[in-house]
Amino acid sequence: MSRPAPNVGVFHFSRAALDAEALRRALTDPSCGGYAAFEGWVRDHNEGQRVRHLEYEAFEALAVREGERIIAEAVARFGIAHALCAHRVGDLAVGELAVWVGVSAAHRDEAFSACRYIIDQVKHRLPIWKKEHYVSGDSGWVNCERCGSAHGSEAGSRHVGGS
Amino acid sequence: MSALPHSAAAPPVYGLVLAGGRSSRMQRDKAALSYGGVSQLERAMALLTPLVTRAYVSVRREQRSDPLRDRFEQIIDVEEGVGPVAGLLAAQASHPDVAWLVLACDLPLLDAATLTHLLRARAPTRTATAYRSGHDHLPEPLCAIYEPRSRAALAAYVASGKDCPRKFLLSADTELLDQPVAGALDNVNTPEEYERVMAALQRPVPAELRHVTVQYYALLREQAGRREESLTTAARTPHELYAELSARYPFSLTPQVLRVAINTEFRDWSTPLAEGDRVVFIPPVAGG
Repeated sequence: MSRPAPNVGVFHFSRAALDAEALRRALTDPSCGGYAAFEGWVRDHNEGQRVRHLEYEAFEALAVREGERIIAEAVARFGIAHALCAHRVGDLAVGELAVWVGVSAAHRDEAFSACRYIIDQVKHRLPIWKKEHYVSGDSGWVNCERCGSAHGSEAGSRHVGGS
Repeated sequence: MSALPHSAAAPPVYGLVLAGGRSSRMQRDKAALSYGGVSQLERAMALLTPLVTRAYVSVRREQRSDPLRDRFEQIIDVEEGVGPVAGLLAAQASHPDVAWLVLACDLPLLDAATLTHLLRARAPTRTATAYRSGHDHLPEPLCAIYEPRSRAALAAYVASGKDCPRKFLLSADTELLDQPVAGALDNVNTPEEYERVMAALQRPVPAELRHVTVQYYALLREQAGRREESLTTAARTPHELYAELSARYPFSLTPQVLRVAINTEFRDWSTPLAEGDRVVFIPPVAGG
């Protein structure tokens, strides 16, 4: 069902800036009347700290497999036509696009639902880590430094809607 | 399951496997006895090396270039005729400021849990830390940690004409522990004991080694100081492997907050490890 963009799978990592317009174009389809996308951007603050830049690291082999599974689940669950997700790795500055999810479908309802499902599951399940470098000179791996916090749970939902 | 409590004051622990014995009762070289295709000496070094700062094999001068022994860093006996104590004396002379975890090489049932527990329960302010024998409750001197302060006492003990390491520990300020795994320190001195242990090992119990590759990411990569390593391990599950690695690196994350992948799939902590597996411990994620 889901159609990959040229030369990339439905989930991929990128060391270079993401081209949202090219990703969007790969989802166009005359049978689709609805399109929804989510962009996660690098925010300049988190939990009271001012963020200077971010570093993303991924266990890419497993994350790509799991990302493809999430998209297959979204296709099966919501009956959408196509979905794509791209995630950055490496150093990112404030304001940069960190993650992009796009969905095209016959109608808007399933496009919205599937888009939300994909970003939530990506945050929750994919072996991707984020190190924040703060204006104070400090740095820390998000969700790891005060670890009592269990996998996913709170950590997965807290940042949904912004990266 | 967090890292061992290395207090700033505690000296580092070096390991010493005693392979300089004459194996007179066995009538063949005990270090070369094989269990499951791995010699005793290789097995002891594989168990010990990941847990200590440096690991050596203790040999007599004439054993230096023996092919089984010359692949390891060696410490050569100086004193003659004082039995296993000679190895420890030579080790302490070469590195007086470290604690020595001394291991006999005739312990085919020894496991990583027994060594890890010894290191965790170590009492660095005392002279030594040792297990009680499961048979007579006396100290087991050849799976024990000797602190730097034991050196002078041991030298005086030998100078007085004595060389029994068990009696030395009895006379010294020794922290005594109960063994976490019963029978792990049963040793093998005679052909009959070897046969008995070989029969016991036929049961699907411990003792088999495998080669695995561990990849580290994010916080674990920083704490391990590496992206990847290949190791020979007696760990049977990711849980045991993480315990072994936690003794070596200052990991702050407990298994409760980690997940495990083997060969690029998520797996349980109790999945049996197989030869050649690639293992990744996955810290709490933060994508998006």
